[in-house]
Order: sequence, then structure tokens, then C-alpha cells
Amino acid sequence: MVGSKHPWKAWLYLSPAIILLLIFTVWPIINTVRMAFLEGYNSMAVAGGAKFEIGISNFTNVIKYKGFINCLTNTMLLCVLTVPISTILALVISVCLNAIKPLRRMLQTIFFLPYVTNSIAIGMVFAAMFNMVGNNFGRPNEILITAGIINNIIEFFGGEAINWINVGSTKLANMTVMVIYIVWNALPFKILVLLGGLQSVNKQYYDAAKVDGTSRFRTFTRITVPLLSPMITYVVITGFIGGFKEYSSIVGIFGEKMGPPGTNQSTNLNTMVGFIYDNLTNQQGRASAAALILFGIIFVVTMLNLHISKKNTHY
Amino acid sequence: MKVVLENVTKIFPPRNKREQEFMAVNNFTFTVPDGKLIGLLGPSGCGKSTTLYMISGLQKVSGGRIYFGDNDVTNLPAESRGVGLVFQNYALYPHLTVKQNILFPLQNLKGPDKLSKKEMLERAYQAAKLVQIDELMERKPNALSGGQQQRVAIARALVKMPGVLLLDEPLSNLDARLRLQTREEIRRIQKETGITTIFVTHDQEEAMSISDMIVVMRDGVIQQVGKPQEVYDNPTNLFVAKFLGTPPINVFNGEVKDGQLYIGGESVLDVGGVANQAVTVGIRPEGFIPAADGRMTCNLTNLEIMGRDASVVATHPASCNPTVRSIIDGDCKIDTASATVRYNLKPHKVFLFNKLSEKRIIFSAQENDDFITAAMKKKYVKKI
Repeated sequence: MVGSKHPWKAWLYLSPAIILLLIFTVWPIINTVRMAFLEGYNSMAVAGGAKFEIGISNFTNVIKYKGFINCLTNTMLLCVLTVPISTILALVISVCLNAIKPLRRMLQTIFFLPYVTNSIAIGMVFAAMFNMVGNNFGRPNEILITAGIINNIIEFFGGEAINWINVGSTKLANMTVMVIYIVWNALPFKILVLLGGLQSVNKQYYDAAKVDGTSRFRTFTRITVPLLSPMITYVVITGFIGGFKEYSSIVGIFGEKMGPPGTNQSTNLNTMVGFIYDNLTNQQGRASAAALILFGIIFVVTMLNLHISKKNTHY
Repeated sequence: MKVVLENVTKIFPPRNKREQEFMAVNNFTFTVPDGKLIGLLGPSGCGKSTTLYMISGLQKVSGGRIYFGDNDVTNLPAESRGVGLVFQNYALYPHLTVKQNILFPLQNLKGPDKLSKKEMLERAYQAAKLVQIDELMERKPNALSGGQQQRVAIARALVKMPGVLLLDEPLSNLDARLRLQTREEIRRIQKETGITTIFVTHDQEEAMSISDMIVVMRDGVIQQVGKPQEVYDNPTNLFVAKFLGTPPINVFNGEVKDGQLYIGGESVLDVGGVANQAVTVGIRPEGFIPAADGRMTCNLTNLEIMGRDASVVATHPASCNPTVRSIIDGDCKIDTASATVRYNLKPHKVFLFNKLSEKRIIFSAQENDDFITAAMKKKYVKKI
């Protein structure tokens, strides 16, 4: 520690950051906990001068709420599906990118583009790609005019157009679209991290492996993956955290109803964060409780991730 | 297995339009005899590592052929050549234990060479025992000292019983004491296994001390090949003479006139059979004999006594180096108060070189060099 004649000066210099953090990070966290444990808290009642008892009714209400289980399963499903797929894909792509010389920079830029593009905008593009124009889908008097590029491609190869996201589409189709979209959107960051890791791997390990006659596949599984394990752990953990906070991608494709027209809160694609937003206007207590539950889930999953990776990560 | 290099050439293409192509190795022709330890020696950037990597197959040759025994391996990829390679920084896989590192090459074997788990372990322990690391098998490389890592790297290279063992600057990452120990270790392991071994170094002492033969390289061209002592005693040119020996050889501008060698106006040595010409003179530090009536006079600066022997630091107006350093017996009396020191020269420690081509000029010593003992004279005359 460097001693100072005027310790207050150090605090003065730190104060802008500390004050901002206190107002916009620390207080909201404390306030969330406070609101979650005040029974039936909402800001209208606060304005009316109401007092709230301390209790856990917000939490029980969240769990009893009929859309909640749907939100939770949707979120979990998206996480469990997208994180492994995107991580493996990112790994393969970054290894391929690292192996080629010409066009690498251009391809790197192309793969990075989704990262700097607005997710709502991409969502709308995806919605257009998977769109289908017509009427009375799935009924005997169905009228079908395909419009989305995906259905065009399917029909070009002789398949039958699938109702991905329109009225009457199945949840399986909806989920497929969401998984494709989220994986695609999650790739650039993962590729960036993994490619950085790959480029810092000492080339001599590969020379040594080559002299020893190691096959390409074995070099990948026994050398590349272990040496990249810190980066892989990192992208998996951040991937899960990002997955649990999935919201805007669904809004981007399905709009704020969080599902194709005709679905309700127990059948749509609403997520945990969507649930929190839904309750934010009138039921801040319930929204806070849901936020804490989400925090708990993310915490447990991250701990689990860290525990598993401890055995398999080589720093 | 002998290794034959025939006109091996490596040309690196220019990296951009302004650069020219770079010839790293030029017409390298040399046969490594079976079961010998060969040191490739030269300053940084002389192409010695490139040569090693071409033998390993990690670098492709631009021209010439490489044979292992009678097999032409020029176009074989590294994985099919069956060489053991120890990298300068060892390249041990950091996530694997010592045992797993040593097992790694064995696990790659396929087809008829495939070994059972038990055989692999046996071989791994055998290799580990040879380099004396069998106690450390469960450790990770980062829990080992530099010397131990080096041994693991050698064990990993040896475990698949390669026909040729290649070592790239094997001692450069070790401290001075370990270096001494490890180089003897390398020698011992090589003798025990009898594997043809080629190692690269820029340290002449390292190369001289353990090699059966050394190859001195400069700018991609072989300068001289021979047993270490032969090369030291009989350098073919000024570069080799300068490169070998610590402390380095003393170089002077001199002149040969009527069978006498003149340095700075003094006639210092009788040299027979050399035409009158200006020459570059190299005198090994051990080639000076202090004598009150010595024929060569230097300005004394300092006397460093190092126990067994002493080092006299002096200056001379005709010297190409800032100081003239001579190693003399510790018992020799040198008057440190005196401003000058006088020497006689041992003729077999004096080399004459052509001023332009820097090629060696052979001279014959005169019979009346009474300071050479009879035995030494005999040996010397025979060699010339």
C-alpha cells in the first residue's frame, strides 16, 4: 500500500465511480431484495401510502402463477439446447478459421458481424426468413403462399413448407427457430474468445505432436481442446448466464406476445426475464421475487459449471 | 541408422514484395555416421536449426535429398520419419502428467506397431528410468525444474525408439551448472542407447565437450567438419578459428616477410614456406609463453588469477580485438608493476589467414623453436 498524507483525496478521485455504482447497481440490488420480501408490494400502493408486511408471499405467488412454469421450462430448454450446440460449433469454426490463411481476416469479420448487430433487428430478419404467407394453416381449407427464404429452400429440395412461426405453428417449430437464432447470435463472441485462445497456443505443441505421428483428430481432442479448456469454460459459463437472460431474441421474432398469435401464457415462448418484465409495471414485488429466483438458478448453475470444469480445465 | 544429407538446400520465399528470398541452408552435404553424436554449431541465424527441422520433416527441403540409412525420406512427412525431436523449450504438454507426456507418442502407434497398455507403460518407465525421472511420473510439467523438464522431453523423444534423435538447443534454457550436468547426461544417454543423435547449439563449448563430430556453419554454408579437437587445432578459416574456443582467439594484423612473421614491427615467429604478404594472425590464448626475452611485446593492463591458471589481459597496437588475452600457468611469474609483458609464441597455436579470403595459410615451424618440448614438436610436425 502506498501511504498518503491525504487519504480523502483517494476517495475523492474514486467517488464518481463509487457514487454511480451505488445508485445504479448496489441500491437496485438491495431494493430488489427489499421489494421481494414485502408482501404484495407495488408502486401504486406505495403512492397511496400503503404499508406492507414482511413475508414470502411474492415468491409463492410467482411459483403459483400459471405462466411461470412455462417460462421456466422455456428458459431451461433454450439454455440446455443452445449452449452446447453453439460452443461446439464455435470450437469447430474457430479451429477451421485458425487453420486457413487466405481470407481469414475477411471471414473473421463476417463471423463477428452478428455481435455488432441489433438483436431485435436480426430477430425481425429471421422472422421474415421463416415466415409463411397464407391462411387457415393446418385446416382443410388451407391456402398457402410460401414467402420466407427457408421454406423456399425446403421446397426447392422437394420438401414441404413448414409453419415455423405463424398462426397455428407447433411449439417444436417455434423452439427450432429460436435455437437456430440464439446459436447463430451467440457464435461470434464464442468464436472471438476461442480464436484468441487458439492463436496463443504455442505452435510447437503441434510440431511435437506431428513428429510423434499424432492423428489430426487426436491432436484436436488431446491437445487443442485441453489447451483451450479455460476459454471453453469461460464461454460455457457466460453462455449459460446469457441463455437464462434470453428475452429480446424472442421479442425480435415473435413480438411482445412472446409467441405466435393464438398462444397464451402457458403455451407461448415466454422466458424468465420476460416474466419479470410482464410483472414490472404493476407487481414489482412479484417481479423482484422472480428476479431473485432467476438469480438463484443462475448462481447454482454457474457453481455447478465451475465445479465440473475444475476437474477438466487446465490452466 | 546413418543420416545422409545430399546438397540439402532451404530457400525461404520473400514475405513481401520488398524482401528478397532468403537462403537459409545452402548445399548442405554431410553424412552422419551411425550411432554418433553430432553437434551442429554456428551463430544465430546460420541455418543450423533449419537443417535440423529439415531432417525432422517439419520443414520441407527446397533442394537436395535426405536419406535415413538407405531410405530416401526427402518427401516423407514428419510423422512417417520416426525421428525423436526435443524442442528448445521442450514443448511438453502442460495439461498432461509426465507419464502421459511420455506415453503420448506410443498411444499414436497404429496397426502392427500398436502396443498393449502394459507394454506402453513398461516402455514409458524404461525411458523414464534412462533419464532418471521415474520418481516424477505423476507430476505435471510446471511442477518440474528446467532440468527435469528437459529429461522428460528427452524421454518422450526416446520412448518410441527413434532411429534418429534430434535436439534443438537442448541446453539453452538451463542455468550454467545444470547445463554442465545435463550435457554429460545427454552424452551418457546417447552412449547407452546408441541412437544417432544430432544436436544444434550456438555454444561451442557445449558442442566440443560432448560431440563425436562437429559441423560448423555460417550463413547456411558448412565451414568445417571434424572431431572437435581437430577443428579447434586446425581451423580452415578465420571464422572457425574465431568461433571455437573460450576465451576467443586473439586476432592481429601481421605481415610475413622473408620467413618471419611481423606483428606491429616485431618479428615474433619464424614461419617457413609462406610468400611475403600481409596476413591476419590468430593466436590462441594458450599459445603465449611469458618470457623476459620474448619476441612479442604487449602493454600489460591486468592479471586475473583464477587458481589453476592465470589470464593476462594486455593490449597491442596491431590487435584487432580491444584486448589480448592469454592463459598462462598459475605458477608463472608476471611482474604486474611492469608496463609491458613479453611473450614467445607456440607455433602450433598460431594460425595465419589470408587477408581477403580469410582462408588458412599453412606454414612450417622452424627447427630452432627451442621452447617447444620434443614430444609436442613431434606431434605437431606430424599433424602438419
